[in-house]
Amino acid sequence: MKRTIFLTLALTLALAVTGCGNGTTSQQDASGSGSDTTSQSQSSASGSQTAGEVMSYADYVAADLDSQVTVETYVQAKQSWWDNKATLYTQDQDGAYFIYDMPCSQEDYDKLTPGTKIQVTGYKSEWSGEVEIIDATFQIVDDGDTFVAEPLDVTDLLGSDELIDHQNQLVSFQGLTVAPSEDASGNQVAFLYNYDGSGTQGDDLYFNVSLNGQTYTFTVESYLCDSSTEVYKAVEALEIGQVIDAEGFLYWYEGVNPHITSVTVAQ
Amino acid sequence: MRGKRFCAALLSAALLLGLTGCHGSRETVSFQVPDTFDESRTYEITFWAKNDTNKRQTDIYKQAIADFQQLYPNITVDLRLYTDYGKIYNDVITNISTGTTPNVCITYPDHIATYLTGENVVVPLDELFADPDYGLGGSQLKFDGPTQEEIIPQFLEECDLNGTYYAVPYMRSTEACYINKTFVEQLGYTLPETLTWDFIWEVSEAAAKQDSQGNYLLNGQKVMIPFIYKSTDNMMIQMLQQLDAGYSTESGDILLFNDTTKELLSTIAQHAETGAFSTFKISSYPANFLNAGQCVFAIDSTAGSTWMGADAPLSDISPDAFVDFETAVMPIPQFDPENPQMISQGPSICIFNKDDPQEVLASWLFTQFLLTNEVQIPYAQTEGYVPVTSKAQQSEEYQDYLSRAGEDDDTYYDVKIAATQLLLDHTDDTFVTPVFNGSASLRDAAGQLIENTVKSVRRGQTVDDAYWDSLFEEVRALYHLDETSASASGPADLGPLPQTAVVLLGSLGAAWVLILIWVARSAWKKRSGH
Repeated sequence: MKRTIFLTLALTLALAVTGCGNGTTSQQDASGSGSDTTSQSQSSASGSQTAGEVMSYADYVAADLDSQVTVETYVQAKQSWWDNKATLYTQDQDGAYFIYDMPCSQEDYDKLTPGTKIQVTGYKSEWSGEVEIIDATFQIVDDGDTFVAEPLDVTDLLGSDELIDHQNQLVSFQGLTVAPSEDASGNQVAFLYNYDGSGTQGDDLYFNVSLNGQTYTFTVESYLCDSSTEVYKAVEALEIGQVIDAEGFLYWYEGVNPHITSVTVAQ
Repeated sequence: MRGKRFCAALLSAALLLGLTGCHGSRETVSFQVPDTFDESRTYEITFWAKNDTNKRQTDIYKQAIADFQQLYPNITVDLRLYTDYGKIYNDVITNISTGTTPNVCITYPDHIATYLTGENVVVPLDELFADPDYGLGGSQLKFDGPTQEEIIPQFLEECDLNGTYYAVPYMRSTEACYINKTFVEQLGYTLPETLTWDFIWEVSEAAAKQDSQGNYLLNGQKVMIPFIYKSTDNMMIQMLQQLDAGYSTESGDILLFNDTTKELLSTIAQHAETGAFSTFKISSYPANFLNAGQCVFAIDSTAGSTWMGADAPLSDISPDAFVDFETAVMPIPQFDPENPQMISQGPSICIFNKDDPQEVLASWLFTQFLLTNEVQIPYAQTEGYVPVTSKAQQSEEYQDYLSRAGEDDDTYYDVKIAATQLLLDHTDDTFVTPVFNGSASLRDAAGQLIENTVKSVRRGQTVDDAYWDSLFEEVRALYHLDETSASASGPADLGPLPQTAVVLLGSLGAAWVLILIWVARSAWKKRSGH
């Protein structure tokens, strides 16, 4: 009789636990037995997501804008997680993919450490020159394969048409000179909070660098590197005329606008 | 550079907080206006302000604070700057629960409606308005503030929530259509006196024609978005208003998902399919395309006018990307040219309640100072804003400013002043949408319908009746509009329990009955010595 009661209780408990679920499917933890963690795709009026065949980077580059793409890539850095959406800098051995506003739970986001392999299905899109994957879903590919990119030195490509071929990649620049920015009062400064100096500490930092007579605007994206990071503090300490080396992701906004992650003042 | 795209996500997240976040708020006693302002004490008040990523606006805030503190040396105002209303909203919601709201805050009435779900969180202003000493135009003020009658009535009414004023207007704007008039004429058209939707669609289709190489015939470039809209929530809201179709009722009933909305989306889909129409969220800022000769009609706020036009003083594109053209500034397109309607928008100011009524009074004094001509006129000149008081609008200084359009491409930039004049001329044609807890998310949903439709068409998906039904369902769920509706109208009848729930509850009941039987049986056995 006792056994019957406990069986009944156990069954009831199991039913209750099942009943409390919200109906969404959550696949096994990636740290478990090798299965994928899947951020569930959403069948929607804006396009249901069914993972297609995994493309090479070349195929991705060749794909039309607004077409569905599926890529396998490796997380390099996480820009932000908000409202259950993640924005990621990712890259494989051949090229980089910027993943914008991808639905992602906090739990999954925490697992996306640099090097993590993910399969992403979404739509190739372009916003102000930045080619990215939007409205995406993903799954972590837990096959033991990882990749963390080494920065590619693109100093010589600055100002050339070839630079865009490396869009979104982790890149480095050597021997740039800090050029003056002008605030609204006409003062020459080494950096600005926001593009015009209208911000305060914690906002994006903008600073100009020059090379071979050309000036470029670099950004410390505050979601990627907030005011507590070394790079943020390093840029706040810059002086006009200093020569620096820098690393970052080759983001685009109406032209090249790298999101800088490291700055070193040359000795 | 304005390349950051965070508004939608923040607002969406804030919405979720907004529906629940205020219920845990720390309670403050309701505010009573003190008889006198105690100037023997010192006060430190926080002011959360929004600027349009515009250094001049920041400087005006700082100057206003300095001038105010000179008049009231016992009040210190700490400025915290934001460039996004959504972030302010989100931070306020977070701080309501900990009792650490700012004293004075730039905000939208839609957001105040959510703040009001917490008790005594936002200070009602009616009594403060009317106070003879410290009210609007009060005798004890150390500055020349406006009287209540001098605040433009339409703008003040926007701050009336259910019969009580919870804010004062700070600046007002509307939307304008910034037009490459040169392109319109190149296509063989003449701008009508009043822009209509039919006209804008027709010209946009003509502008979308390409040659066999994919170059647009109009500009010879590979890129051309004939018609681009910055705020698609405003687009849908204004179209519905102009057609007298449903959006919401005053009490918060949601009417957005109707047949007229489907018809409008269907039209938008047709023009998105040909490439004649796109949106900010999908492509980029309208100004970037307009100024590069890649757009004919760009609709954006009048408060964004310094970015628009061939001689725009602010720009994100490189100088060599600019093309020369004549810029026309017109009201948004209309369905009924005889009865133009356009949205009124812009920041308002609310005051958060505190335990110390003297501190609240200090906040009120500063709030009123922001309505003086010394703040209103210079701030309005930073963009295509309109001062919210007749005192400022009719001042000699402001009239002189308006009369000098085109003297330079800075303070007197002609496109900016034309955008300002547009609202001054059409103040009586403006409207606002009803404000209720959830109205902010309804607004987002209105825009999302357009964004999803345009994306779907671009992706080659079929857009038909089944699509609209699915889209409505998806957007309704995304913005929790069913929940909003329920919260606005009280507890809802949830209907009979589902069968699975009945089985589950029955099982639980049976289990407890069996447990009780087992316990009773054990006790009986123990007592009877078995």
